[in-house]
Amino acid sequence: MERDKNFILGIFDDEDILKNAVREIRAAGIKIHEVFSPYPVHGLEEELGYRRSRLPIAAFLFGLLGTTLALTMQFYMMKFDWPMIIGGKDHAAFPDFIPVSFELTVLVAAFGMVTVFMVSSNLKPWGQPRIFDLRSTDDKHVMAIDIANNAAVDLEIIKGALKNSGATEVNSKSFE
Amino acid sequence: MAQVTNYNLDQKFDFTAAVKKVIFILGGIGALLLVFGIIMAATGGHGHGDEGGHGFHWTQRLFANLWINNVYFTGIAIIGVFFFAIQYAAQAGWSTALLRIMLSFGYWLPIAAVLMLVTFFIANHDLFHWTHSYVFDKAGDHYDKIIDGKGNFFYWPMEKGSFPIFYIVRMVLFFGFWVFFFNKLRTLSNEEDINGGTSYWYTIRKWSAIFLVFFAVSSSISAWDWVMSIDTHWFSTLFGWYVFASWFVAGLSAITLVTIFLKDQGYLEMINQNHIHDLGKFVFAFSIFWTYIWFSQFLLIYYANIPEESVYFVERLSSDVYGSYIFINLILNFALPFLVLMTRDAKRHNIFLKLVCTLIIVGHWVDFFLMVQPGTLGHNGGVGLMEIGMLLVYASAFAFVALTNLSKHNLVPKNHPMLEESYHHHI
Repeated sequence: MERDKNFILGIFDDEDILKNAVREIRAAGIKIHEVFSPYPVHGLEEELGYRRSRLPIAAFLFGLLGTTLALTMQFYMMKFDWPMIIGGKDHAAFPDFIPVSFELTVLVAAFGMVTVFMVSSNLKPWGQPRIFDLRSTDDKHVMAIDIANNAAVDLEIIKGALKNSGATEVNSKSFE
Repeated sequence: MAQVTNYNLDQKFDFTAAVKKVIFILGGIGALLLVFGIIMAATGGHGHGDEGGHGFHWTQRLFANLWINNVYFTGIAIIGVFFFAIQYAAQAGWSTALLRIMLSFGYWLPIAAVLMLVTFFIANHDLFHWTHSYVFDKAGDHYDKIIDGKGNFFYWPMEKGSFPIFYIVRMVLFFGFWVFFFNKLRTLSNEEDINGGTSYWYTIRKWSAIFLVFFAVSSSISAWDWVMSIDTHWFSTLFGWYVFASWFVAGLSAITLVTIFLKDQGYLEMINQNHIHDLGKFVFAFSIFWTYIWFSQFLLIYYANIPEESVYFVERLSSDVYGSYIFINLILNFALPFLVLMTRDAKRHNIFLKLVCTLIIVGHWVDFFLMVQPGTLGHNGGVGLMEIGMLLVYASAFAFVALTNLSKHNLVPKNHPMLEESYHHHI
């Protein structure tokens, strides 16, 4: 997937102004690429119109995979590969399998979820995260608008909209 | 989010005649079923004579039912106070608008104390094997060395087999302190409505912390006393937690149900789906916690296979009467809440919560049924009209007491310093 390179950045000082700005800019028909904030801003994802994360579905499926793996492994080992009598119980005694199944479910679900999250948010070790403005890790909220994605809107209108909605600075940013 | 501060904070719950009628009808059906159950047991119950020589009498089943519900509803009541105290100890703000609901459960405690004591004095021999003085008689045929070894836990400092003074003192002490702490917290919370200020919050937090320490010990010991001592020979070091977990899930479900009921009636405008979602998470999480405790107890006993421990599950799993209820217990209290409440949407929609919470309340009754009946009634037990009737009578009485007292004060602690935080709760 080719990634877009040219962005306009609006820098905001205050989260309430930011949220209003997000609303105004989306109402003006401008698509927002992403907003970076130093801390979680409550209600921002609703303003941005984000869909619910599908990560829980991934977690559930990975959990199911973990349970299946664990039960298959234990049944195979205890019933067919190397049957052992433990505590006078049947070879394949289901209650004995539950702790291992539980642990593997949690392990696979957690690892799977973290991996999916890393890959989907471009945090993979070989990925190159793009830093739009370093101050978004300190005290500024940064709104990034993708120029290629808003080809229908004039650049000056975007910049004007950002200024009008309370951005303290409007910058351009290009990536290699 | 809109900045709304025009909520009606002086709102009171109006316990209307229509709601009372529903509760009375439920209680009436319960009473009717109970009477039918008693008549059926009294007239047709002589069919199976006990092998011990003395026949089974229907009153035993009545007493066992009383005991199940005494313990169960005491638990739900004290969990209301416990959860209230937790909110203060954890300095939680989200739940502020729900505090009065939790507190209203505590009004059942004095009634529960009386019921428990009276039932014990009437039914002690039918419920607790250790109350028979012959098990302590070294010369007699029925001398029981194991119970004799545990006798001091019930009878100290008096002679074993006489009056269980230590046991009674514990019961009175626990109920006494629980009611004392409840009254303290309730009074302070109501005074806060009148006087305001932040000092009440600090005082309530202090009393909550003291109560929690006391509850940690007393909940565990009361579980040994009231439930585990039925199977006197048997013991489980996890039992206190097991009973507490069962109480906690049932209490949380009851809190959730009352909250949704009040929402449906148009009260508590400041409670939104985020609060409901959090309650749903609590129910979900502690259902799993209960399962974890239940299974930890089961697996270790199953694995070690020591006769004196295994007997508890042998009595239940290989019984015609109780065998299936073990699985009903696990389905209602684990599989159902786990699968239904797993998604976010389910926890945010009242219909799922209403369904699951109701079934959990029934499910944990089954849990206590399985703790009490096998040890008291043996193969003469089971779920019949008497059981269903008694549960309905207790549930409607509990609901009546809690809602009556809920209607006496403001629904929301209007001068609570964290009320604003509760409005804006967002997850």
